[in-house]
Amino acid sequence: MQLDLAEIEEIAKLLYIRALKLLPDDVKEGLVRLQRAETDATARRVLATMAENIAVAERDDNLLCQDTGIPIYNVTIGRGVAFDGADLKAALRRGCERATREHPLRSSVVHPITRRNEHTSCGIRVPVLHIDFDDRPETVEIEMIPKGSGSENGSFLRMLVPADGIAAVKRFVIDRVIEAGGKVCPPTIVGVGIGGTSDLCMHLAKIAATRRLGSACADPDGAKLEAELSAAVNMLGIGPQGLGGDATAFAVHVEIAATHITMNPVAVNIQCHSARRARATITPGGVEFGF
Amino acid sequence: MAHHVIRMPCDEAAVRALRVGDTVTLEDWLFGIRDATQIAMFDHGREIRLDLRGHAVVHTAPNVKRVPPSPAAPAGYAPLCVGTTTSMRMERFTEPLLREHGVRLIIGKGGLGPASAEAFRHHGGAYLAVVGGAAALETTWITAIADVDLDDLHPESLWKFRIKGFGPLLVGMDSHGGSLYAAVAERVADRRAAALAALGAVE
Repeated sequence: MQLDLAEIEEIAKLLYIRALKLLPDDVKEGLVRLQRAETDATARRVLATMAENIAVAERDDNLLCQDTGIPIYNVTIGRGVAFDGADLKAALRRGCERATREHPLRSSVVHPITRRNEHTSCGIRVPVLHIDFDDRPETVEIEMIPKGSGSENGSFLRMLVPADGIAAVKRFVIDRVIEAGGKVCPPTIVGVGIGGTSDLCMHLAKIAATRRLGSACADPDGAKLEAELSAAVNMLGIGPQGLGGDATAFAVHVEIAATHITMNPVAVNIQCHSARRARATITPGGVEFGF
Repeated sequence: MAHHVIRMPCDEAAVRALRVGDTVTLEDWLFGIRDATQIAMFDHGREIRLDLRGHAVVHTAPNVKRVPPSPAAPAGYAPLCVGTTTSMRMERFTEPLLREHGVRLIIGKGGLGPASAEAFRHHGGAYLAVVGGAAALETTWITAIADVDLDDLHPESLWKFRIKGFGPLLVGMDSHGGSLYAAVAERVADRRAAALAALGAVE
């Protein structure tokens, strides 16, 4: 299969807009679950407003949240796909720029030192592009994540040491969720990275925070830990928007990587209740959009 | 828990009547303000053309569309999606907003800290919580963009919105020292030990 880069550009544009307007089914179902279980009166009102907002966004064909985020494209390329890598990256970037100009969208991206906004949602090394490969024949999958800043500012890394043990990893997660409080727009998906190098650890936390609700860590020890942490975080009473209540997080997700004998790194990256993502799967049969 | 409808601008008495847990709906006018707006105003001494006295500001940078100026869009902008950002980043600007510009109400999400609580008490102000991330809904409460200042900071300009039925908003911090956020933080601190015990991670 030869990738059509004009089509990739168009898909990159559509994915950004789609991600901003349609919340994935798993997140909507997660919200319904939290609404059913919530016992606090204020929290119930807040969750109902979130549900109403999803309906209004669909009705008005509007963005769910004003934060257009930092655009992230995760591209997974299967076997037997022919493409020029540099052209593929350029096509994704053009699609991102076009979504911003043509919709139009607020460009939330600035130069980190001058704070200059190019009004394209692009800049140095942004959109963030991750390109990976898998076994699927003649398949390309593009996942788009507009990562909102309120929750992205709830990102933390600690290079713990082996003597601190897994108990310190757990305390770090609980204490960072408390520190983030209402600032990260709870109920959240708390992404936790454990192991790897410092940069990989933080990347794992992002993968965890943006993973589908209901999915589990592939490693059994990681899966056990995320179930324990999910229960513990929802004992804290931070509640929706930090106004108190049961629903602090949809879930805690954990992703792990092997690490060094001297290291015990942990990272937290948080996703807000507007846990937006969109996906396109490209095969010789055409393009399919989903979450 | 009372519900208040406040037409903007308002006087100090209207704000002093608000108590944590009350709900509020605003009518008529609302200003949009953000990190870069306030850095320009308070760190770089930029003068503003719009008068904020007695008004409410919302922590926002909206999605807008350029349109030909008309009576419905006097500033040449139509609102597309107007939501609310995390307030705490702008904590240090609350006091000068109230003292220098006479702002009465700050609308945001996630709450503000002790310095803001003191400014609300001293100057007669309050913090109204809107549901963050519910911007599609919030946009339906905004009827027009009436004016814009400091637009070189776009989208972090100083926006003047025409509003209708903006709310209900929850009084998160009042002018009597009350803060829902401080109360929740205290409860959360108490529950931390139980969460750590459940994880077998007590210090």
